[in-house]
Parts: sequence; structure tokens; C-alpha cells
Amino acid sequence: MGQTVLEMIGIKKSFSGIYALSGIDFRLEQGEVHALLGENGAGKSTLIKVLGGIYQPDEGTIKIRGKEVKINGVLAAQENGVGIIHQEIVLVPYLSVAQNLFLGREIKTKYGTVDKEEMNKRATEMIASLGVKIEADTLVENLTIAQQQMVEIVKAVSFNGNIIVMDEPTSSLSNEEVEQLFVIIEELKKKQVSMIYISHRMEELFRISDRVTVIRDGSYVGTRQTSETNPNELVAMMVGRDLKSFYTRDYCDLEKAPVALKVEGLTQKGVFENVGFEVHKGEILGFAGLVGAGRSEIMESIFGARKDVTGDVYLHGKKVRFKNPMEAIKAGIALVPEDRKKQGLVLGNSVSFNMTLSSLRFYMSGIAISEKKRKKVVSEYSSMLRLKAASPEVEAGSLSGGNQQKVVLGKWLATKPDVLILDEPTRGVDVNAKFEIYTVINELAKQGIAIVMVSSELPEIINMCDNVCVVRGGKLVGKLSRDELTQEEIMKYAAGGID
Amino acid sequence: MMSENKKKSVVLNNPVVNMFRNNIGIVVVLLIMCIIISITTDKFLTAANVVSVLRQISINTYIALGMTLIIILGHIDLSVGAIVAMSGTLTVGFIVNQGMPVPLAIILGILIGVLTGFVSGFIVSRFRVPAFIITMAMMNVANGVAYVYSGGQSTRITNEFFSAIGMGYLFKVIPLPVIYMVILIIVISFVLNKTKFGTYVYAIGGNRESARLSGVPIKKVEIIVFTLSGFLSAFAGLVLCSRMYSGQPSVGGGYELDAIAACVLGGTSMSGGKGRISGTVFGALVIGIISNGLNLIGISSYWQLIIKGLIIACAVLLDVQKGKLSNLKKKKATAE
Repeated sequence: MGQTVLEMIGIKKSFSGIYALSGIDFRLEQGEVHALLGENGAGKSTLIKVLGGIYQPDEGTIKIRGKEVKINGVLAAQENGVGIIHQEIVLVPYLSVAQNLFLGREIKTKYGTVDKEEMNKRATEMIASLGVKIEADTLVENLTIAQQQMVEIVKAVSFNGNIIVMDEPTSSLSNEEVEQLFVIIEELKKKQVSMIYISHRMEELFRISDRVTVIRDGSYVGTRQTSETNPNELVAMMVGRDLKSFYTRDYCDLEKAPVALKVEGLTQKGVFENVGFEVHKGEILGFAGLVGAGRSEIMESIFGARKDVTGDVYLHGKKVRFKNPMEAIKAGIALVPEDRKKQGLVLGNSVSFNMTLSSLRFYMSGIAISEKKRKKVVSEYSSMLRLKAASPEVEAGSLSGGNQQKVVLGKWLATKPDVLILDEPTRGVDVNAKFEIYTVINELAKQGIAIVMVSSELPEIINMCDNVCVVRGGKLVGKLSRDELTQEEIMKYAAGGID
Repeated sequence: MMSENKKKSVVLNNPVVNMFRNNIGIVVVLLIMCIIISITTDKFLTAANVVSVLRQISINTYIALGMTLIIILGHIDLSVGAIVAMSGTLTVGFIVNQGMPVPLAIILGILIGVLTGFVSGFIVSRFRVPAFIITMAMMNVANGVAYVYSGGQSTRITNEFFSAIGMGYLFKVIPLPVIYMVILIIVISFVLNKTKFGTYVYAIGGNRESARLSGVPIKKVEIIVFTLSGFLSAFAGLVLCSRMYSGQPSVGGGYELDAIAACVLGGTSMSGGKGRISGTVFGALVIGIISNGLNLIGISSYWQLIIKGLIIACAVLLDVQKGKLSNLKKKKATAE
């Protein structure tokens, strides 16, 4: 390995008394791709923000090429050659690629006007040097997400960036685009650029990274050579406990259990087609696949939240068609949506408000809502889910991710569903809350609720589900039963190559 | 220690105490204003003047109640003032020009306002047109209808029953418009705080997508709220005409802004999801007392505009500061 370009030593950072980083060490070598791995909330983003000058560390030192530096702003980060590609793209959509690349440092003509020609020429060179094919004068809004990301990379490199951080760069890319990104990463490696690569996708880490550092709860856990480790070891490092005890699942005999939900030929033009499956009472049916494969859309359709859907849905053997979510809820279906902030909660309102919003019809006395009945339900589900909130009257938005998710879960359990659809039930949730949520899901299945669980986290699919449907490009491409479940098997279907 | 805590919690749970606590910013402004005015003039704190202030604010309050729901929903209704003018002018016209029986004319006048609100609500919810634009269009239509029907002239009315609506008293002391106001405040507070419908209004304004997935009938709620706003405006028009003994097509201008000001002063968030009826009522009181107090002191109505604007700006600033302060406290509390 080459020389050390970046050293972060004993980095500590706290927010209102709680440590987000409690003394992290991180070392990056020249020309390597170093994966940073950790659960959501482990402190990856905070560490990156410290490096990018967005946060100032409370303690610790940062050395770049052996020299101690103070990164006290985004500008200082740029000057030190640190470029960060954020998850959300921050280009100006209505400007051209060249204009974006030179934003804030435009090339001027001798009359003081902007020299578009020169900028386009230089931009074209910059783009070509990374082997990317993008016209410098196209508007950014006309580019695909992947192309926009490449422009970001070009931009970062053009600031003399020799330390580039990519924060979940593949989260919204198609397979093909991921391949293109990997080509660019290889290209950068040849130029001796060092990269920090943040991603949850194991298979990507193993393909692209040289070393992996795992952090957990704001602390450093360990660093491994990628070629000398395996996914299980990494997951165990991330989770910090034995996986067997992490997932709770009491499987039951599904042979005798009646079918609760059956779907046939469900199609929405251009989104998904001919989806069919069935879930028994007490079964957990997993839906695996890559982000954007159409899994959430399928679930929303069953729930009556999408228009122009054809196909049949049977609930307890009876054909149903829901025009809106209200009808689905009344019939006994619940959907815990993918994005709790945008879809699951009214963040500015109280825990109690959110938890009872979908089931108000149970708490009516006359035309008024009975606060007594409402309180009873809120306390019942709060204790069942081990919700940590100062009081039911605090704003939902003030809770941690895990507790917010518990509020959403409680809200849907309060509707007393027979079929519970969970879309990414543990996304952005800390390890402990995760464990508690798994316990609850297992409990619900034991009570005979039919559960459909969409998840991009394969360990959770493998350890919790009875059966798994794999979705790719809007089609069901594989159905696996419990004994066939391995990461490799699922990814084979999810990523394609098998028909 | 225990009993002290208990006492504290009893006090904190008292709805009246809570009402003042929640609206502390505007209440302080209100008190300061009252103190200054009553020092300057002894005519302010008389029973007659208090009753007069309450009567003056009643019309704005009817409209502001509807506006509060609209703003919590995340919308705005600019057509309320025009509906006041249209419904009032038409009702008076129906009685005087068409010779209709008074009750029928009143019902028709109110129905027209209700219909206008319904149309706005339908278009907003069905076609997702910004309420700002569609209610601005409805404002023009309603104003136009009032002018076309009346030819721009005011119509005098001498019908006794009709004038009693706005000029009558309960027990010879409390003006009827104040009674209506109290009833409407109670009913709408109940609807907003105690019913499913009210909860849905907050949910839609707070997070539309989340509300949709929670099974909230968004379109229905939106249409009902706009229709209610139309009804309240038409009712305001009716009471106003009755008090003026005439239908005047030019009378509605500015009511939409006073209503919005009352809501904002009362802490209703313009981005939706947050607001209280009690706040709006305090807001309407502040606006009413500004005019009343300045009149009593003898300040010209031109100057009044300037002072009114400045007081509103200060009150809103104070409210924002209060928000920051409580945020700071929260942060400190969590840090500890």
C-alpha cells in the first residue's frame, strides 16, 4: 500500500450532550478505495461531515499528508483536496454541465464577461479525462441521476481533489449505471486518487474496495483487508452481537394456515406487471430486490394508494378492490410506508396524534373523539413497542429514528390489521430498536397476522421470512422458500442474469 | 414536593390556563396595548366600549375562524371579502328589489356564498390548483357579481326583522353579533379539537402524503373546509348588511387581509399543520382594539393604517422569538 494521505485521530463530536462520534480513528492510503461501513446512525455521515468541514469536531486531529490541518468550512475542505459526493445531488438543474463545473470560479473574457467557449472547452477536457461521455453544454436537468453524479465527481476532482468521499453513490442507480460508476472509480484509482466509499451493499464493497473500516455507535470497531474478510464477519462487526440472537423468529407450520391475501396479475403499465403471490396467516413473506425495482409501488397498489392498476386482490378468499387507503384500512390491511418522514408521520404533531390517526373510528363517542380511549390505545402500543418518548404529547419529529418508526408501527397496529405490509421497516433505525422491531414482528406473525415485508437488507430478509419474492424491473423474477435463502441466491435474481 | 408537582400539573392541565400559555406572545401584546390605551383615555375600559369592541370584531372573527381552518390545511382563501360583499348585496337586493320573503332571501344569499366556497374547494382538491390563484379568481367573480347585480349602487333596507339580525340585543345588553361569535367559536373549536374531521385537517396540513396513506379522505375534507369558509363569509356579509341597513357592493374589500392577519397573529403557521382557534380569536381582538383604541385617542385613520401595520409586524416577530426561545429551552432540557 501507498503512503497515508489522510489520518483522523480520536475524533469526537457530540450534539446536545450525546456523542455521535466518541473517538474515531480512520486512516486512508493513497490510491485506495476504503469502504466505510456501519449501521444507520453509527456515525458515518457525522464523520464525513467533519472531514468535509460541515461540522467541527470537539476533539481529535485531522492530518492530511502528515500535516495537521483544520478544516473549518467547506472551502477549507476543498483547499485540502477533499471532495464529497453527497447522496443528494447539489448541482443547479437549469445550468449546463460546464456552468456547473465552473460555478463560482467562472472563466472571464478580457471584457469581464463569462467566456462560455473556453469553459465548454475546458469542461470537455475535464470530463474526457475520466473517460465519461457527457456533452459539456447539456443542461444538468436533462442528465440521468448517474450522469449527474459523474459530473459531481468530475467537479470534485477538478478542485484538485485527491481524497474523494462517495456517500451511498449507488443508492439510486441502475445496475448498468453502477457498472459505469465502477469504471470511473477504477480510473480515479489509476490517477492515485484516494476514495472513501460509503455503501450498505455488501456485494459492492467486495467488488470495489481495498479495505473496509467498520464503525458502530460512534466508535471504531475495526479495519479489514477486503480480500481477507467476508460479509458475515462484517455484519457481525456492524451489529456487535451474534446474529443468531439478533433475529427472533418462531417459524410455524404454514400448511394448515389459510391464505390471508392473494394477488393475481397485478399490473401498472410501465411500473410493474403481472405480479402474483399469496400470504398465509402467520407467514412473513419477504420482498427482496434492488431499490427502484417496483416493490413499494406494488405494495401501495394493494393498499389502494395508486391509480390505474389492473389485476385481482383477494382478502380471505374474497375479491376486493380498494379505491383508496381508507377502504383498505377498514378491510384490515395496513401499510407501514417506506419513508416515515414523508409518508408515515405528521412530524409536527404529537406521538398520540400520529399513533391514532388511522384508527380514529375506534375511539369515537358520538361525534367527538374520546381522549380516554385514545390514551389507552397509545399507552398500550407504546409499552408493547417499548417506545421511548417523554410523553405522548411530544412532537413525533423530536424522536429518534427508531422511536419514530415505532410510532408508525404502533399507528398501523392500532388499526387492527389482518394483513400487515411493512416497507423497509428498519431503515434508518438504530441496532437496539431494530432488535425490538424484529421481536414485535415475530410476535405479530405468531398471533396469525399475515405479514409482507419489503426490505433491501438481505440479512433481515433471510432471517425473518418464510418465503421470499424477488422483484426486478417490475417483475417477480424468483420465489424462494426458507431453505433456499442465501444472500447469493437472492442477489442472483435481484441483479439479473437468470430468467 | 409531590403535592407541589401535583398542583403544578393541575394548573398546567387547566384548559383556560393552557389557552393563555399557548398564546402567550399575543396575550402580552394585547395586555400592553390595553394598558397603554387605558392610560391615554378613560373611555376605553367602559362597559359600553368593551361591548362595542366585541361587536366590531365579530364580523372579522366569523371569517377568521374559517380562514384558520383553511390555513391549517395549508391553503389560503382570498375570496372571503368578496363573498361578504356578494352575499350581503344579493340578500338585500332579493328582499328590496325582488320582493322575496326575508328568510328565503337570507337562505339564498348564504347558499350563494356556500356554493362559491364549494367551487373553490372542489377545484383546489380535484385539480390541485393553488388555492391562492383559484380563490383570487373567485374573489373577482364574486366582486363582479355584486357590482353587476347592484349596478355599483348601495341598496337601503328598512325591514325590521332583517335589521334585528345585526342590531338586536340579547337581554338588552349583549349584541346579537357577539352571541353568534361566541357560538361559532365554541362550535368550531369543538370541531377542530374534538372530532375526526378536525384531526384530519391538522394531518393534511402537516403532511399531505402521510395523511393520504393513513386513510384520510383529503378531497372531502378540503371541500368541506372551503365550503365552511364560504358559509362563514356569507354569514358575515348578512350580519354586516343588517348593521348598515343596506347592501353595498364595495364593502368586502380588506376583510380577507384582516382575517389572515388575525390567524397569523394568533400563531397559525402559513405553511399549514399548526394553529389554534383561541389564537385567532386573540388575533382578531388585537386588530379590533388597535382600531378602537386609536379612534378613542383620536388618531386619524390614515395614521391608524401605519400603526396597525407596525403592531402586526411586532406581534409576529415576538411570536417567532417565542418559538426560538422554547426551542432553546428544549435543547437545554435534552442536553441535561
